[in-house]
Order: sequence, then structure tokens, then C-alpha cells
Amino acid sequence: MTGRVAWRRLSRAAGAGTTSSLDDVTDAAIDPPIHRALGLTDAELDDIRAILGREPNHLELAMYAVMWSEHCSYKSSRLHLKRLPTTGEGVLVGPGENAGVMDVGDGIAAAIRIESHNHPSFIEPYQGAATGVGGILRDIFTMGARPIAVMDPLRFGPLSDARSRWVAEGVVSGISGYGNSVGVPTVGGEVVFDECYQGNPLVNVLCLGVLPTERLVLGAATGIGNLAVLLGSTTGRDGIGGVSVLASAGFDEADEAKRPSVQVGDPFEEKRLIEACLTLLDAGLVVGIQDLGGAGLTCAASETASRGGVGMDFDVAAVPRREKGMAPFEVMTSESQERMLAIVTPEGLDEVLRLCERWEVLATVVGRVTEPPADGQGRLRILDGFDGDVLADVPASSLHDAAPLYDRPRKEPADRAQRLAEQPAAPAATASIEAALLDLLCDTSWVSSQYDHQLFLNTVEGPGGDAVVLRLKHPTTGVDTGRGLALTTDGNHRWCAIDPRQGTAMTVAESVLNLACVGARPIAVVNCLNFGNPEHPEVMWQLSEAIDGMADACRALGLPVIGGNVSLYNESKGIDIDPTPVIGLLGVVDRLERRPPGVGLVAGHRVVLLGDDLQGSAPSLAGSSVAWSSGQKGGTLPPLDLATHSRVAELVRARVSEGRLSGVHDVSAGGLALALGELAVRSGIGVEIAGLPSSAHLFAESPSRVVACVAPDAVEALLAAAAAAGIAAVELGSAGGDRLAIRDTTGAPLVDLLLSDAVTTWRDRLPNALGEGVIQA
Amino acid sequence: MAPRVGVVLFPGSNCELDVLEAVRLLGGEGEILWHGDDALGGVDAVVVPGGFAHGDYLRPGAIARFSPVMGAVTKFAADGGPVVGICNGFQVLTEAGLLPGALQKNRGLKFVCGPAQLRVESDQSVLTSGVKSGTLLEVPINHFEGNYTCSPETLAQLRDEDRIVLRYVRNPNGSMDDIAGITNGGRNVVGLMPHPERATSELLGSTDGLLLLQSLLQAASGRVAA
Repeated sequence: MTGRVAWRRLSRAAGAGTTSSLDDVTDAAIDPPIHRALGLTDAELDDIRAILGREPNHLELAMYAVMWSEHCSYKSSRLHLKRLPTTGEGVLVGPGENAGVMDVGDGIAAAIRIESHNHPSFIEPYQGAATGVGGILRDIFTMGARPIAVMDPLRFGPLSDARSRWVAEGVVSGISGYGNSVGVPTVGGEVVFDECYQGNPLVNVLCLGVLPTERLVLGAATGIGNLAVLLGSTTGRDGIGGVSVLASAGFDEADEAKRPSVQVGDPFEEKRLIEACLTLLDAGLVVGIQDLGGAGLTCAASETASRGGVGMDFDVAAVPRREKGMAPFEVMTSESQERMLAIVTPEGLDEVLRLCERWEVLATVVGRVTEPPADGQGRLRILDGFDGDVLADVPASSLHDAAPLYDRPRKEPADRAQRLAEQPAAPAATASIEAALLDLLCDTSWVSSQYDHQLFLNTVEGPGGDAVVLRLKHPTTGVDTGRGLALTTDGNHRWCAIDPRQGTAMTVAESVLNLACVGARPIAVVNCLNFGNPEHPEVMWQLSEAIDGMADACRALGLPVIGGNVSLYNESKGIDIDPTPVIGLLGVVDRLERRPPGVGLVAGHRVVLLGDDLQGSAPSLAGSSVAWSSGQKGGTLPPLDLATHSRVAELVRARVSEGRLSGVHDVSAGGLALALGELAVRSGIGVEIAGLPSSAHLFAESPSRVVACVAPDAVEALLAAAAAAGIAAVELGSAGGDRLAIRDTTGAPLVDLLLSDAVTTWRDRLPNALGEGVIQA
Repeated sequence: MAPRVGVVLFPGSNCELDVLEAVRLLGGEGEILWHGDDALGGVDAVVVPGGFAHGDYLRPGAIARFSPVMGAVTKFAADGGPVVGICNGFQVLTEAGLLPGALQKNRGLKFVCGPAQLRVESDQSVLTSGVKSGTLLEVPINHFEGNYTCSPETLAQLRDEDRIVLRYVRNPNGSMDDIAGITNGGRNVVGLMPHPERATSELLGSTDGLLLLQSLLQAASGRVAA
């Protein structure tokens, strides 16, 4: 029986229009047991019985099922996430709240969060991606922050696959349709195509918001007698059990049947909700506030109560509905979008209702904060009318704190040693090197031009560069601080498939270097851990290794991890995706006086490689794009030295902020070849490089390297600065002309392409594959 | 005295703060005009900003034209007051009948955000009076429904009366006759799809929008003096 059928059976059991009260304890033992169909194990049912001291009824069972789902409880990952460093200078709020919050100076705090909407986006790409944007925005303005930027790291199956093209087009239209309309700029992200995502795309979304530091609010209910007010949309049957049906199970042949578990978004409702909530917060009318996401009202009511150490009486009959005949469990677990739960004082209620009416936002009192009994365990009671029957009665905190915690079996893949010993080879003939380079070029502006990336007049460096740079203005006074915030999102499934620990560390390192290229210093990490089925021991091993790699890198680089999201069960027909931890890194530009040089060349200037002098033996191609596309998926990653990495990043950051570089690009996926190729095609300026020892040097993805473009009279100073910092460096050649030419140490060409051909390949790849016209869903 | 520019705020508008920032940068005073109010509070010019007024439900501007504030804007325009509609604001002004024609979906059926090169075709309007005809400007566009269309008679009239004030150098959306912005017969109402407020700083990539908004403030100052 699929989860969806189970939820339907619950619905029938609840009966049309009837409500089951605590008195008629329902038979949870009908065959097959409904708890199992809802995703709860027998042991978990026993835990619930022990908590309640009796059999749970259907409503209670439904509430535990959604709250104890993998998606809400992190029951497979919590144990490991504890190993991440979460404290540091400027951290105002770490993991566990709706968003992480950093003090960024001048009385301004930055709230940041990243999430996944992978499964809904495969089932229903437009709405799946759209509601992903909506959900992350609510997490941010829940903290009292105005959302100012969204980033979307996207991963799809190959462009040669029709379903993957359909998913990609739908996801991009969904982000565009919702994000543009809701009035928050989508300033960047990633677009990656790989076979491992064909049956399970990754749609991650990051949001950044700013707030006056003193306005920081937390999702806690306090003050006995205070009221819980439901704001926003009516509640329907959409998304019932979404967290357990969609987000906590892999895909099988029956995935089309899960379509009703995907919610439908309404950006106009969300826009009014944002304005109404920020108005209420400005007026000091809100004691606590919580968004409704996964597990809907059950989650919001129990989280606010348990964070506040109080209880809550919740009147399910008061919840405005968009459909008739909804059973209490449907109302309590619905994931209808664009809803918030605000805790307000009885005295403030009239003003709250007035301001909501001005913004045309529905506001309804649905709960009361109650005193916890002597044992301190506040009760969440679901009532049919405040004076009506008690439909459910559970300790509020048990829905979170008592959630199961699993140390699932972990196992290194059996063929690991054999895989590590492989040695991928690079293409050798000029024609195949050129083909490999052209194959790597992909202009993603087909995607980013569909996003409003300029709203709020902050976007100094937008999509397509190494990192995004936004002006930092005070969120209420609008005063420009003269400083900037910088953002990047990075993931590399190839590195992590080869070695999840070092691959994740290299991903964090890449993010740091990306920020350096725009003159920013990193201050905090958020992460979205996209992995396969945690019941596969190899996947749990990958997850645990990746967390250790992230912890190592963050400690070495002095970065706190202030939030994250774990997305498991990313598998299709039993095949897990490659491990894909995505890093979101927030940074600060201390003096934003000029635009960063960006990914480009200036004709007549010189090209210098920092972090490598191309001496020594040929580097490992393990985990490189070129090895992967030729089916060579083994080997040992090139070494990462985090101390050296820090020095390279600092040198680059300083040179960029001093305005001493005319172009800059980090060397990452695609290696030196793609870095040089992108510098050339993006600026329309050719490049002449000489002295490459081998084609492996062109395609290896050794970390801690940056290509810089500098005026001829500045080369010497740059090389001297690198030497002084103990950083290897070499002058590669010059920018200019109409060719992309790279020669080896003997002067023989490794690459000799007409720049215009490279530009055409780069520019036309996505439009050719995805078409000019996209029809909105 | 600094001219006062009122910026209309509908539920769903989203460029109102950006326009206020640009107006203040140029020394003007900016204030929000709530869509549900039917008076303009004595402002010297009105901007209907970009966004998705009333969610663009039905079609862009179709509901916004019924907001109480639009009655006051219409009267202000009839009295010769300077009114500029940017992007969604242009759509609202066409729906409200203050400007002819309509904006339909882009030819590519995609949202388009990015820089656009414009040519000033006429300096006879409240938005272009300070810019010589023929001047090239770089101003960002950001829309799904920016493809201007009108009847052949209206197009002929717009041309004859020199009321096409801005054209795209490279047409991004299929707009008829490359039209990016037009004015009314009185030359005090202008609608344009590009966002001049987004081209107001070197950090953002262009300052060309300042030339246009400066003209609007000039026209507003004229009202102050009068």
C-alpha cells in the first residue's frame, strides 16, 4: 500500500463530516496496520503509546506520522549533524530555527536558509519549484527579515533526455513565475546536468533576508492567554502528508499517483502575506511567528508551543477551509501554501485584524496559549470548537523532541579501494581536447534571464559570475552602508562520489574562493545535503563522511554552519543519486566602492594562474568533468590543503578589493580549460596561452587555484605578492585576438579554436536544447 | 522646495521602494500613495511603478484600473499633471485608458530580465524633455508582457504626433514598431516597459535612467512653481 492510499484510507475512516473524539479510540490494528502505511514503524507506534499512555487515535497518529517523518524529524541525520561547528563571531541564530541569522554590522542582521524541493519538482515541475520558493521566503520573513534575494542551485538529468528537458523548463518557469511575481529577486544559482539526476532532479533554493537587529523574532509562543492567529490562505486538501508521502520516500513506478501531494502556489497571496507580516512586526504586534510548511498546522502549533515551553488549545473548527467535508486530520496536516501562524496578545488583536484587512490577508484566531501542567510538558490539544470535544491531546514537545533518532548502519562501498586506484586519462589529440572543451561551455543566461535579478537596486554582481554581490542597505531606513553582502552556492557530485569527505571539503573551499573572486570574506555556511536512501548503508556512509568533510573544512576556515536542510531518499527505481551536498556561503564586502572585475578579459592584459605553477607530475583527473563524461568515474582526488587555500583566497580577495585585477575566475569544475574558456567567451576577448605541460593540466580540477587578468605592468607585483604569501603562481599568456589558443611546452597546440565558434557553442547550448518558447504551466 | 513625487502602491506592486530611492537620489521627495485612497495628497507628479498589481489576475492592470486611486490619477493627468507608468505601471495606464494600445505576452513566451539599449525618439514628453532625440540609453527591462500592440490607426497617430518617445535598438519582446515607451496627446503621461530606476548607479551598471527621471522631476518642479 502506498502512503497516498493510506492517507485516503484515513480520510474514509474519519467519515464525511464526522469527527472522532478521544472517547472513540479507533482501531489502529486494522489490517494492514494504518501506522505502517503512514510511514511509522511498529517501534515508533510503541513510542507513541508510551508517550500517551494509551492508543493514539487516527488524528494523533496522523500528527505523529508527519512530525516524525524523515523530512520533519531528521531522524537519520540528526546524530551526524551534531558534529558540525555552529558557533562563531556574529552568529545570532544557529541551526534549529527557521533560518540562521548573522550580525552583519550597522544594526543589520542577515537571515539565510537553504531548502530542497526535489521530489515535488519531479512530479510537477512548475508548482514544485514555485512552492519551494514560497516556502523558503516564509522561513525568512518568519525571522522578521525582508527577503532580498533568492538563489536556485538546480540539477537535472541530461539534456538528451526528454523528461529531463520538461522538468528543467517547468522548474525554471515555476521559479520565474512565482519568484518574479512575489517580488523577491532571484540573483543566481547553479544549473547542472548529469545522468544521476534523470529520475530525481535536485531543486534547491536559498533565500537571504535582512532585518534590523533589534527586530529579530523567534517562532515561540509565550504568554498564557495569548492568541494564535492563522494568517493567509484558506486550508485545502493539497499536500496532505506531503512530508511523508513525497519527501521521505524514493520514487517508484507509481510516482504519478503522488501528484495530489504537490501543493499549488499563489505568489500574490504570498506577497500580501509578506507585507502584512512585516507590517505587524514593525508595529510590534507579534510575540512569536511561525510559517506553515511541511506538516502544516501540526508543525506550526506544536513548534511554537514547545519552543515557548507552553501548551496550546487549537480550535480546528475555526480554520478557514477551501473545501467542504475536511476531516480534522486533513486540516491539521494539510500543506496548503501561503499561511503563517502569529502569536499575538488579546489587546493587540483588533489592530492585527485591521492591518491584515488592509493587506487583504485573512486572519483568524485558531489557538490559545495555555499553561503547562505541573510536569512542565505543555499539551497540544486539538478541539472541535474552543469549548467542544477534545479530538487530540498530546505533549506538544513530544512531536519534536521525542522523535526517533536513528544511528542507521553505515558501510563503505565494497569496491572503494579498487575505485580509488583507478587513474582516469585526459584526451590527448588536439581535436578531442577541443571537443572536450567545447562540450564544457554552457551559458546559463537562458535560465537567469527569466528571473528578475535586479529588484531592490542591490544587485552589483548578478547571475553567471563566481558569486553574487548585493549592496547592503538598512532594511527600514534604506541607508546605504557602503558595504556589500556576497553569496554563492556550490555543489559537485563528481568529487563527492569519488570521496564524499574530501569532495565536500573541496566544495566548501570552492565557495570561499568564489567569494574571494568578488572581494568578499566569508562569514557563514548553510548547507543542503541531497543524498539517496538512508536505509542503504552506503548512503549513510556518504552522508556521515560528507558531514565530517564539511566540519573539517569549516573549522579550518573558521566558518560556522548556521543552518541546513537534509534531503534523503533521492533515488529512482532503487538507484541513489550521487551524493550532492550543496553549500551556500554568505560573505561580506567591507568596502563596496566598485564592481568586482568579474569573469572576463581585457585585450592586451596578461593572464596569470595563482595557486599553481604547473610544475611537477600530471595532476589527478579523478572527479573531473572530463573524466566523468568519458565514463571514468574512479581515481583519487587531487590533494586539498586548507591552509594554502586560505592564503590563496586572501590574496585574491585583497587584490580584487584593491581594484588591481581586470578579470578573475576561480578554477573549478572543468579545470583550467573551462576557466580560460569562460573568461574568453564571456568577454568576447581571445586568449593566447603557452607552456602547458599536458592536457591533464588543462582538465584537472585541483583546488585552490584562480586565473587572474592583469595589466602588463602589474604582473610582476602580482607574482611578487603571491611569492610573499607562499603561493605558487605562473604567468600563462595574454588576452586578446580572436582565438582561444593553448600551447604545450614545445609550442604545439593543445587547443586552437576560433573564439566566435566557442561563443556560439556556449551561447546556444541551452536555447537549442530547451527551445526559445516556454509555455507557462 | 523639492518636488513631491507620489508612487502608487497596489497590493502586488514591488518596485515602489526602488522608485522612491531613485527620486530621493535626485533630490525629490517621494511618498507612497495607497491604492485604496481616492486622493493624491497634493503631489506634483505620480509614478505607477512595476510589479504585479493585484497579482496580475485576469491580465496585467485589468483590476488595478478599478482601484480608487486611479480615479484621482486620471483626474490629475487630465489637469496636466505628470504621470509615468513603468512596466506594470505602463500596463495599468493602458488598461485605465490613459494611454492607447496594450501590452501582450513577449514573442518568446518567456519572462525577460536584462539590459536593453534604448533610443530616445522624442524629447517632447515629461520623461524625455531633458534628453536629446537620438540619444542611446542603457536601461534594464524586466517583464513577461511587454510586447506593445495597437491598431494600425493608433500606430499611425502615435507616429504622426511624435508620441513614440523610446524605441528598442534590438527588439527583445516583439513590440510593434520597436516601441519601448509612448506618451499621450498632452505629453504629460508616459508609459514605458524599461525600468529607469534600475539604471541609477555605476555599481548597478548604468546611470542612464537618471536622465529620464531627472526630466520627470523637472516637470514636477514646474508644478511646484505653478
